[in-house]
Amino acid sequence: MVRAVTSFGRSGLSDWLVQRVSGVIIAAYFFFIVGWLVANPGVDFATWQALHQLTCMKIFNTVTLLSVVAHAWIGIWAVLTDYVTVRLLGPKATALRLVFEIAAIGLLVVYTLWGLAIVWGV
Amino acid sequence: MIDKRPVNLDIGTIRLPITAYVSILHRVSGVALIGAFGILLGLLAYSLKSAEDFAAVQACLASLPMKLLMWAVLAAVIYHLLAGIKHLIMDMGIGETLEGGKRGATLVLVIAVVGILLAGVWVW
Repeated sequence: MVRAVTSFGRSGLSDWLVQRVSGVIIAAYFFFIVGWLVANPGVDFATWQALHQLTCMKIFNTVTLLSVVAHAWIGIWAVLTDYVTVRLLGPKATALRLVFEIAAIGLLVVYTLWGLAIVWGV
Repeated sequence: MIDKRPVNLDIGTIRLPITAYVSILHRVSGVALIGAFGILLGLLAYSLKSAEDFAAVQACLASLPMKLLMWAVLAAVIYHLLAGIKHLIMDMGIGETLEGGKRGATLVLVIAVVGILLAGVWVW
């Protein structure tokens, strides 16, 4: 039995929407950054730094970072609630899933704070 | 709440259709990318620190193990992206039949192989 208390938006419907909106944002960022790198072969530090000093780029970086974290949480939650279950792993599965979920949240919090420090420290 | 009802599905004993493999790979690539994201953040952090650190990142990325790693990360991104786009298309009601699902899954695999090869060309 999956408990909705650990779902990102507290409902399957809002998780579904967040997963799609964040996915589209990440896709847009991937196409932008790969396109930029292809268009600027042999990029030097000054050009790379100047790109990331633009306010619009800082916002794009931040929105993408938050999208990755939300997307990763909904994804890992779906995987854990499908495979780390009492039916598949026995009675200890619920405690084990909670441990994995807390570890994932810890990692994603680190990514968020570290990422924000990188993006806004340029 | 523990559900005692029997489950009449043992995926270890049935031959999985292509749609199942495409779905499992979507999950595997997604979990792998959560780990890869930390490496990418580290590279971004150093590349923006100073000109010396930027040069160090460039030298690091030019080494064979890092090229292989970056290719693997790009492969996971490309695959995950295509499988995600397939979901968005299916959300619009396209390819929801059994045949359509199989065709979509095959298409994801074919385009992913092409994209991953192109990414390899770009990395080298």
